[in-house]
Amino acid sequence: MKYVSEFRDPQLAQQLAQAMANEVHPDRLYRFMEFCGGHTHALARYGVLDLLPSQVQMIHGPGCPVCVLPIGRIDMAIEVARRPGVILASYGDTLRIPASKGLSLMGARAQGADVRVVYSVDDALQLARTWPDREVVFLAIGFETTTPPTAVAIQTARREGLRNFSVLCNHVLTPAAMHAILDQPEPVALDGLVGPAHVSTIIGSRPYEVFASDYHLPVVIAGFEPLDVMQAVLMLIRQVNEGRAEVENEFTRAVNREGNARAIALTDEVFALRDQFEWRGLGSMPHSALRLGDRYADMDAELRFALSTRVVPDHPRCECGPILRGHKRPQDCVLFGTICTPDQPTGACMVSSEGACAAHYRYGRHQADEVAA
Amino acid sequence: MCLALPARVIDIDATRQHGTVDMGGVRKQVSLALLDEVQLDDYVIVHVGYALTRLDQDEARQTLALFAQMAADEQPSAP
Repeated sequence: MKYVSEFRDPQLAQQLAQAMANEVHPDRLYRFMEFCGGHTHALARYGVLDLLPSQVQMIHGPGCPVCVLPIGRIDMAIEVARRPGVILASYGDTLRIPASKGLSLMGARAQGADVRVVYSVDDALQLARTWPDREVVFLAIGFETTTPPTAVAIQTARREGLRNFSVLCNHVLTPAAMHAILDQPEPVALDGLVGPAHVSTIIGSRPYEVFASDYHLPVVIAGFEPLDVMQAVLMLIRQVNEGRAEVENEFTRAVNREGNARAIALTDEVFALRDQFEWRGLGSMPHSALRLGDRYADMDAELRFALSTRVVPDHPRCECGPILRGHKRPQDCVLFGTICTPDQPTGACMVSSEGACAAHYRYGRHQADEVAA
Repeated sequence: MCLALPARVIDIDATRQHGTVDMGGVRKQVSLALLDEVQLDDYVIVHVGYALTRLDQDEARQTLALFAQMAADEQPSAP
């Protein structure tokens, strides 16, 4: 068992497609949101969208951490990176996110700021050990998957007495974003939700039960391989056909109801809820993000460097906001594929390979061409 | 960023906080700090240098069996 090739079998994919085709009601539409950027990527990369019946419409959700980070937070990272003596350590995806004044972290680096790409927060800790006379700031972004590693690093820094390590915290919470999508003034019409794979390894399946019970919305947690996503869509079709709204778990090989207790405890120990946090596309949402808890406030870069966030509007013609809320598709944006490309992104959805626009640009454009032809 | 791969644990250091994994021939040092009782040859999902969860082989087999069952039920119709 390699846990990869077995879940990419093209013949099984065809048969799952056949099962879907047999089971969809021909005269109704099935609108499913894949919350997670990993699923957006899998749907596009493996051509899964081509295998779904025409009655099934996949709507991209806001589950790409790069995409939901607003310009003001990138500006803040650039500001601290430009301070004398600072090394800003960041996951690679964030470097090209467009910020104010045509700048990005990569642009700031070209102008002399010391911005380093790290694969893991542990690499940022190592920078702090290597450069005791410099201030190392880790730009922490991501949902519940990247949060526990940041917590481990913060505790390690405390234990080792590393005084030159701090965290610019942008960790955000999946259930809060799901509530925001469903509670919009004009909510996008949804018949089901493909629940996140890796986020759910941490938080478990229980936090989604409220969406099944209170919103009568079927939820199926799915792995990131193409057969996983197809099986999850089939399970959603069946729930809709049978009038059920339950949380089902396709990804039982990695996800249980309770999640990773150790990771949850670490997160609770190190972080605290923010009262408000600004998301790109979703606006300011209460209790939707984390900051460092009071016991670790000395490692909070916002406090250490007296940083404050400004709300900066997106490019006036960029449709990232409506795309993240499920109201528009990438091809509905006038900038898509012309001014805004993966090499020169205008909006955040074009930056990460998990962004809806980047996934559609790289893998999905032939579909639109076929329809046009 | 969320892209993460299953990887096989091939070495665990004495503190059990770190280990080496094999990802299709590529070896990598990862943190095991988020997991209890990782054993050699376990498969884990690695993300940003941390093992997030162990993969359950029995559950994986059952999921594959479910696909196979579906395949048996849904033979494409003859042309």
